[in-house]
Amino acid sequence: MIRAVGKPLEEVIGMVQDYPRILVAGCDGCVTVCEAGGLKEVKVLAAALRLYFTQQGEPKQIDETSLTRQCDKEYLAQLGDRIDGYDAVLSLACGCGVQFLADMYTTKPVYPGVDTTFLGVTEERGVYTERCQACGRCILADTGGVCPIARCSKRMLNGPCGGSDKGKCEVNPEMPCGWQLIYERLKALGQLDRFEQPITPKDWTTSRDGGVRKIVREDLRV
Amino acid sequence: MSAETPSKLQKILNAGHFAVCSEVGPPRSADGSVIEHKGRLIGNHVDAINVTDHQTSVCRLCSLASVIRLKQMGLEPILQMVTRDRNRIALQGDILGAASWGVNNILCLTGDHQVFGDHANAINVFDLDSIQLIATVKMMRDEGRLLGGHQFHVKPQMFIGAAANPFAGPNVEMRVARLAKKLAAGVQFIQTQCIYNMDTMKTFMKLVVDRGLHEKVAIMAGITPLKNVGMARYMQKRVPGMDVPESVVKRLAGVPKEKQPEEGINFAIEQIEELKEVPGIRGFHIMAIEWEEKVPEIVERAGLYPRPVVD
Repeated sequence: MIRAVGKPLEEVIGMVQDYPRILVAGCDGCVTVCEAGGLKEVKVLAAALRLYFTQQGEPKQIDETSLTRQCDKEYLAQLGDRIDGYDAVLSLACGCGVQFLADMYTTKPVYPGVDTTFLGVTEERGVYTERCQACGRCILADTGGVCPIARCSKRMLNGPCGGSDKGKCEVNPEMPCGWQLIYERLKALGQLDRFEQPITPKDWTTSRDGGVRKIVREDLRV
Repeated sequence: MSAETPSKLQKILNAGHFAVCSEVGPPRSADGSVIEHKGRLIGNHVDAINVTDHQTSVCRLCSLASVIRLKQMGLEPILQMVTRDRNRIALQGDILGAASWGVNNILCLTGDHQVFGDHANAINVFDLDSIQLIATVKMMRDEGRLLGGHQFHVKPQMFIGAAANPFAGPNVEMRVARLAKKLAAGVQFIQTQCIYNMDTMKTFMKLVVDRGLHEKVAIMAGITPLKNVGMARYMQKRVPGMDVPESVVKRLAGVPKEKQPEEGINFAIEQIEELKEVPGIRGFHIMAIEWEEKVPEIVERAGLYPRPVVD
């Protein structure tokens, strides 16, 4: 899932301080799971903002809501009858949700309340790690199910580099070397022969390097 | 090693001599005279001179311009290229550019992560990695073809090198396997990481020889003389992938401070003498970091001078 973290309160205040009526809008999708932008976080942030502006002698109207998803128009449309009552929206959805909300309500200022960080997993509650960079052409079959693009700091397709030290990445001794993980996994699978076969240069056109990506599923269109 | 090129380094290795290389680190300015000065210091005592490519991710005068300067001085340069800063378009263009000036040696590297350098907030490229760069140079040289498919006639005559780090554990076997992968991609010579742990180096070489890899690639042992106990400690604690045993640190610490540089040189020479006897070692790559003036002394005292002359 998409992982995000809440922006520092000072940064949020800087974005919204000129607006008297603000809607804080969460998303019940990914950002709820990683506890960065669901209804719970909306309530906490709205309370903090109310307190801050009241203490500054500038109380504001700060309301709370959360949508099932901010990356689907049907749910964004649910704001249609009330959005004119606000001067700005502070969205706690991922970067996709923030943009889609702004797409729908073109004259309404929409601000991001979280930093969208990566596609990852929950190691344990409150600990998330990256697993995928959505390169658009999955190579996990060749690398023992461990992605070198997401898990090698140099996204090497033929690692590990000489800076991998005792199984850890040169960038940070706390970070496992992705290629050490691949080697160990291939060994466990009895597929070490794959390790010695050079992987050819990747076609990055399916990654961000090909421009803005789009999927059209004719079988699903109505 | 297949594919003959005009490389002097390749000819010396083919003639069965121990080859000797050293390196020049370009300045962090536009002062090309630094390259000339360093080239003159070591030029008579080595067969070829590496020029580092923004080493440790610190921006410097570029390796391409530097190797052209050395070439024009009549020296034999090795163009180091890292894949961190340039995509396949720029890498291939620079290889063609170097070859157009008669540069015949390349060392293909992935490169340190930019977080170590003076522009830690930069983007990194890594469109290719070192092994893909090796295969790319080989294709350009042998087939006259670019990755994009374009065929051309005047091919870059490159003797293709790469690095190997036997010490970036925890698994020497994996490091040998990666060397084999570089061989499969087309590498012809290897310069190793600085050797301080002789036991690990010998284990690595034994595995290499057992697999017969040494017959297909010329392995040059990396030697970096230690200036003092502080440098030894720094390499031991701070440099990823470096293995400096405590015994080496103690050896330097065991002599007075003013004698430590001499002890470091003595140790480097002893290492070369010992490595000459290790099966599969075909030469030495002496990386005297900001200590280039000591290279001639090391080469002479290690019995590697004068350098052989080849056609």
